[in-house]
Amino acid sequence: MKKALFSALTVALLYGCASTPVEPEKPAAPGVQTPAQAPVSPPVAARPVEPAAQIDLSKRSVFYDYDKYDIKDEYRPVLQAHGKYLAENRGKKMLIQGNCDERGSREYNIALGQRRAEGVKRMLVLMGATEKQVEPVSLGEEKPRCTDHAEGCWSQNRRSDMLYGGEY
Amino acid sequence: MSPRTFAPLLGAILLLAGPARAQLTIEIIGGGANQIPIAVLPFAGESVLPQSITEIIEQDLSRSARFRAIFVGGVNPLPTEIAQVDFAEWKSRLADAIVIGQAQRLPDGKLEVRFRLLDVLKQSQIGGIAFTLTAAQTRLTAHKIADFIYEKMTGERGVFSTRIAYIVKQGPRYELRVADADGQNAQSILISSEPIMSPAWSPDGTRMAYVSFQNKKPILFVQSLSASKQPAPVANYRGSNSAPAWSPDGKQLAAVLTKDGTSQIYLMSPDGSNLRRLTFSQAIDTEPFFTPDGQSIYFTSDRGGSPQIYRMPASGGEPVRMTFEGDYNVSPRVSPDGKILAYISRVSGRFQLMAMDLESKQIQTLTDGQRDESPSFAPNGRIILYASDVDDRGVLAAVSSDGRFRQRLGIQAADVREPSWGPFLGN
Repeated sequence: MKKALFSALTVALLYGCASTPVEPEKPAAPGVQTPAQAPVSPPVAARPVEPAAQIDLSKRSVFYDYDKYDIKDEYRPVLQAHGKYLAENRGKKMLIQGNCDERGSREYNIALGQRRAEGVKRMLVLMGATEKQVEPVSLGEEKPRCTDHAEGCWSQNRRSDMLYGGEY
Repeated sequence: MSPRTFAPLLGAILLLAGPARAQLTIEIIGGGANQIPIAVLPFAGESVLPQSITEIIEQDLSRSARFRAIFVGGVNPLPTEIAQVDFAEWKSRLADAIVIGQAQRLPDGKLEVRFRLLDVLKQSQIGGIAFTLTAAQTRLTAHKIADFIYEKMTGERGVFSTRIAYIVKQGPRYELRVADADGQNAQSILISSEPIMSPAWSPDGTRMAYVSFQNKKPILFVQSLSASKQPAPVANYRGSNSAPAWSPDGKQLAAVLTKDGTSQIYLMSPDGSNLRRLTFSQAIDTEPFFTPDGQSIYFTSDRGGSPQIYRMPASGGEPVRMTFEGDYNVSPRVSPDGKILAYISRVSGRFQLMAMDLESKQIQTLTDGQRDESPSFAPNGRIILYASDVDDRGVLAAVSSDGRFRQRLGIQAADVREPSWGPFLGN
């Protein structure tokens, strides 16, 4: 129940912080199409969705609970899309930056951020990327996206970002 | 075992003159018991020096909380020899010791400062030294005199002439600075637009290991403090490279690399060669710290499910868990005499500095901050410098290792963090 409240709070705060860009821009990757916006019309007749349309690379971040590095199920489709893209584009490289909120030891947070980035890497490899394509690194608590000393910022800072070559 | 709370804050507040905004200012909170009353008389002729040397000596001694400065006004002429001292007067002012001296310009243009430390009750000289110096060495000479007095009166080595390193973040700018132990005389040894972390002094005080993000990820560097040449990375492996710690003989560097997966501890020569892996876990192993005898390494690991402190042989081997209270114990540092383990513990959401007596395993809570971190022992073990915050701004703070008194060191409009206290230098 505490966790549910926490998640609700996180979501509320995420949506509440309008000035902070939550998603970095998508890469100018050739051959990748951004899918149109989610269908709004009533889905009366089901239509087969083309596989390519499922590759949405615009989402680049995975968010975590405090002190945790496990990847929540909601991020699987995102990682699946990136893993597939990397599998189909062997020349592409990715840097995964793990981040932490400011609480606790700076060096321990480097290790925790690394764990987060490493988890994303493992998932991408499972989805088809190769070890050589993805380098997980940690920024610890050193590069906070949001700098208030409260959960509204902390939840945004507990994050892994996926950056393609040329974006970092 | 129970955390001790601080005695009411009794102490005077002392602000050192710091006209430059970049200077650290020092504020003393609380006071030590059994302070030695000492009168530091102005040295005859000290106006030939660019600064009042006796003021610096007196501030050093007061700041240590081991001394109490006695009022020295109304003395004329200033005594320079023991025969000129009115001991009855100093006894009535309740001084246990007095310091007298003189400064003069020598024919070759250099300066000379000589001083004597006198025992008021015995009416005898405890010791004295004459220094030849340049004007620029006035502050260092003052610290050396304060060190001499401290050692003679307390039986322990003083740390006034040692140096500290710390990180300053000001807007988008990060600096690695080295300053005198009183925060004065600060010099930037590295300026970057990317974060700098984890400065660690080599045991001989000539080099500094640190972590730089200048290449968008943590990379380990060792920089000479004397040579101005560009430092080369000593560990720049795939993944992250961080948490440097020197062996006491200065021949090895422990660090944390992730080239083989999760954060693990490795040993290397200070130039990065002879790399070998020390820990082999599936967990996080980080924050290595050598014991002063070089035989063991303390580190932080979450192998038991939460971050706790462990000890292992410096050559690797089976670790022994050291902390059991709470679910977040990190940043182990061992005192120079090897008797105290200082570390950070999360207690009810607050991060506090703890001290464990390694023999009795008794734990004492030393601070009551919200986000205290990065402890660093003074080379005499009496004081622990650490990072704290005041009004959401990073400051350095110091606490005596018995928890009796604290100090804060801050810079206006900047975040100060990650202090590292340098070693004793020569004599």
